[in-house]
Amino acid sequence: MTIDWASFTPWSALAGGALIGLAASLLALGAGRIAGISGIVGNLVGGTPARWQLAFVAGLLAAPVAWLLLADAPSFRLDAGPVLQIIAGLLVGIGTRYANGCTSGHGVCGLSRLSLRSLSAVLAFMGAGFVTVYLLRHALA
Amino acid sequence: MNAKSTWVAFASGLLFGVGLIVSGMANPAKVLGFLDLAGQWDPSLTLVMGGAIAVGLLGFGWARRRTTTLFDHAPLQLPDNRRIDRRLILGSIAFGVGWGLAGICPGPAVVALVLAPGQAWPFVAAMLAGFWLYGRLARGGRG
Repeated sequence: MTIDWASFTPWSALAGGALIGLAASLLALGAGRIAGISGIVGNLVGGTPARWQLAFVAGLLAAPVAWLLLADAPSFRLDAGPVLQIIAGLLVGIGTRYANGCTSGHGVCGLSRLSLRSLSAVLAFMGAGFVTVYLLRHALA
Repeated sequence: MNAKSTWVAFASGLLFGVGLIVSGMANPAKVLGFLDLAGQWDPSLTLVMGGAIAVGLLGFGWARRRTTTLFDHAPLQLPDNRRIDRRLILGSIAFGVGWGLAGICPGPAVVALVLAPGQAWPFVAAMLAGFWLYGRLARGGRG
């Protein structure tokens, strides 16, 4: 392992992370709900979304809109082509619903609640992510 | 669910989205830089999770001592499921593989739909199809 110091952005990572933690805390304390994005967006597709779910997604969409209006476009690089994206998207969609959560619900909220169930999920998806990138970039490349 | 909770949810979504952009989580290349332990490793995302959980521990610790919401005293509906089963682990592994293939998880997918719709639409469409498919499978298979 070599650390990519040039790409390391500790302060914006911490500040952005704190905002995410604040957002999840606000939803828990103010609406009594978990900010789990796969569950919320999943319920928008083929479920009967509640008002708070529609409002949360509206806010999540409003954030980049406001950002683009007020500031320079943030860096965004997506190397995966359409076919790889479709495979990835299906796995993310089905997997997060079976696991009842993703990086937000299990990662941020679950770990903040000290849930052992969420910790197991996080270890499983982080592990799978590490292995996948290793195979793609090093073993099979 | 009354008007206050709806505004709280909107504000939470907005803060969440800004947090994803500020932190770099909304950039797939940065996420893959974190997942690439054997290459040029970018540790930034450990600090994103660290920052989120540091604040979350306070927020959820406070929520744990309450039974109702702060502003309108509706019941808190936080999960109490503690089961660690095959569904949880296999689902998470499938998710992790997809996350490693593209560098996008559900929150950043929603944000990417605005930031780079021309590039990210196949992922987002497939993810939504996956959500929909799950609804069909789960309803048929588990009743």
